[in-house]
Amino acid sequence: MSKLWTIPGGIYPADQKSQSQAQAIGSLPLPDKLLIPLYDHHTGELKLTVAVGDKVKKGQRLTGLNQVSAQHAPTSGWISAIEPRLIAHPSGMTALCIEITTDKKDQWIDQIGYPDYYNLSGAQIREVIAKAGVVGMGGAGYPTAKKLHQAAEAHVDTIIINATECEPYITADDMLIREHAEEIIQGIDIVRQAINVKTKVIIGIENNKPEAIAILKQQTKHTDIEVLSFPTKYPSGGEKQLIQIVSGNQVPRDKRPTDIGILCLNSATIFAIKRAVINGEPLISRVTTVTGGACTINRNYHTLIGTPVEFLLRHNGFDNEKCSGLIMGGPMMGINLSSATVPINKTSACILAPDHYEMPERQAEQACIRCGLCEDVCPASLLPQQLLWYAKAENHERLEAHNLFDCIECGACAYVCPSNIPLVHYYRNSKGSILNANREKVVSDQAKQRFEFRKARLLNAEQARKEKRQSRQLMMEATAAELTNDGQNTGTDAAAIIKAAQLRVLNKQASPQKKIAQLERTLLSAQKRVEEAQQRLNEAIASGSAEQQAQQRASLESARQKQVKTQQRLAEMKAQ
Amino acid sequence: MIEVLDAKIFLIAVTVLVGLGVFFGALLGFAAEYFTSEQDPVVEQIDQLLPQTQCGQCGFPGCQPYAQSIAEGDAINKCPPGGQTTINAIAKLLDITAIPLDQEHGEESARTIATIREDECIGCTKCIKACPVDAIVGAAKLMHTVIADECTGCDLCIDPCPVDCIDMIPVKADITEWYWPAPERTAEILAVPQLSGNQT
Repeated sequence: MSKLWTIPGGIYPADQKSQSQAQAIGSLPLPDKLLIPLYDHHTGELKLTVAVGDKVKKGQRLTGLNQVSAQHAPTSGWISAIEPRLIAHPSGMTALCIEITTDKKDQWIDQIGYPDYYNLSGAQIREVIAKAGVVGMGGAGYPTAKKLHQAAEAHVDTIIINATECEPYITADDMLIREHAEEIIQGIDIVRQAINVKTKVIIGIENNKPEAIAILKQQTKHTDIEVLSFPTKYPSGGEKQLIQIVSGNQVPRDKRPTDIGILCLNSATIFAIKRAVINGEPLISRVTTVTGGACTINRNYHTLIGTPVEFLLRHNGFDNEKCSGLIMGGPMMGINLSSATVPINKTSACILAPDHYEMPERQAEQACIRCGLCEDVCPASLLPQQLLWYAKAENHERLEAHNLFDCIECGACAYVCPSNIPLVHYYRNSKGSILNANREKVVSDQAKQRFEFRKARLLNAEQARKEKRQSRQLMMEATAAELTNDGQNTGTDAAAIIKAAQLRVLNKQASPQKKIAQLERTLLSAQKRVEEAQQRLNEAIASGSAEQQAQQRASLESARQKQVKTQQRLAEMKAQ
Repeated sequence: MIEVLDAKIFLIAVTVLVGLGVFFGALLGFAAEYFTSEQDPVVEQIDQLLPQTQCGQCGFPGCQPYAQSIAEGDAINKCPPGGQTTINAIAKLLDITAIPLDQEHGEESARTIATIREDECIGCTKCIKACPVDAIVGAAKLMHTVIADECTGCDLCIDPCPVDCIDMIPVKADITEWYWPAPERTAEILAVPQLSGNQT
């Protein structure tokens, strides 16, 4: 038996698990419509491979595969809509969903399983898991194939199976282990095959599940898998917390467990891996606990992904009057649902419909009295009070200096706070606003870079234009010099003709003698015109009207001006 | 004997001090030559805090010139795209009091991006020339379009457009960029002893 460590802090809420443990995992009839959310916060939206109107069979892939959580049709039917719908998200926003209208035939596609998985290579097994769309079912929904790939790369030596299920109310993993322990052990073997056969395996489980522990111990009797049970305390089930309890090692900030040689997988994920590899069943269903005082039946169900929450509630005698607020997940870290139309997704371990007695209305926040209880219970050894001041003051620097991003948002601090301060809410807001500021910084840096690039480009263009102008002038001068040097060159080729033409033009422009001659000619003709004009004026004075006289006078005047101008220019030329 | 010794010590002391002076002088001279930043570091820091929309609403041709002007003592509240957040950040950096935004330069509004109504675009390239961040693509007599990811929402393309086919569309809230809003602040209840007037 390995040594056990402990985590700092933690709380002991009433576990409320017995209500939903009385009955075995049940099955529900097929809902009329299933809603498959395509939103994945690890990769953004997924690419579709189906269109509205397509017929789909159970297990058919609906989205493209690029190392992300692929989605599959949970049952046979046809695609009746692909549009934004409300999903289980704290924002209460819509995201793109595929709506499948079921045909109630539940027809499978051809399932390809690998019962002889030990003949496959690790990479091949990981490929099968990726294609089956298996993601971490403990809550984060991280693509399992990606995680296994990282584990294989990092030479992981320990696999920790997370069967802790530390949140109150939830019994999905517990019941799954009780009923499918054999398959989970098989799943563990597949995971070992996928990364390294020799890895050590530890199943970590809280001691409030004696039946599950007994079954696991019995199933692992002849294997080297170790079942470690430890005292119940919330939040032992957090990945980093469980690793600390089982191995004594802390996962450094900004690192993954694989970086310290540990792979941590949820027991439900292991079950999904087994089903994917051996039975050829993609992840289309999960065990979900439906519980809470507002439901008459508290029970676990094999639930198809995409089942609307209201469908589950309807089958469990839900009474809206009694309910104080729907929660997907546990009471500590779950998402408050604004609507019961949202679908079950791959990480929905629980639908909690508490009555007003179980979960009273949240009371008004009061001032912090600095009792320090929050600091005592923080499993990440943070200083929740300090963080609260800085969160209220929006002091991002100090928040980061106080390791805000190490907060796992377990809610223990808010649970013990006598002033009802929603501490985690403050931290989530601060984390988001810091990340948002970083994102904006990236955008503004990009804009700045583009602006500066444009400025440089415009400057360069201007420079280039100037240089071009200069070089053209230089070339003209050079040609002129060249032409005057060998002006007599009379070849027959095109270049020579052009040169000769340029020379003529140049001569015309350049030679002062010729210009003087031209001007003298102009002057002569101008004098002639003046004389003619004088004559015409005389005639007009003698016999014409006043209007004619004025006209002739004007033309005489302009002829004289021209004469004067030409004389001036001639004088200038001669002076040069 | 004592005088000789004293003179020696005196000489040594003077030599050492002069030597140190020369050495550190040379070191400082070297540092001044090789480690100078070409730009005023404060200008650089202020520029980092500005939103880089290059919109010119502050009256300067771009964010950097405004940063320069702030460093020389200009008011810090002339940047509507940055809004109060930017004013606060600059105030903190310069250790001065944050002041509200000067409404003369515009109002703080939600981020928008330019969108060209493409069938109305006549392809005059005027907006392309106006865009400070090269976020509009197109060619003469061909339709233009805005690269949404690069648009800073500066409005500078609106005026040059001869057919008024550019709209500033507010950026829609996206689920991927959503984050928890701050909790509603209720009046914090404190147990303050009430002092009555006639007590001394």
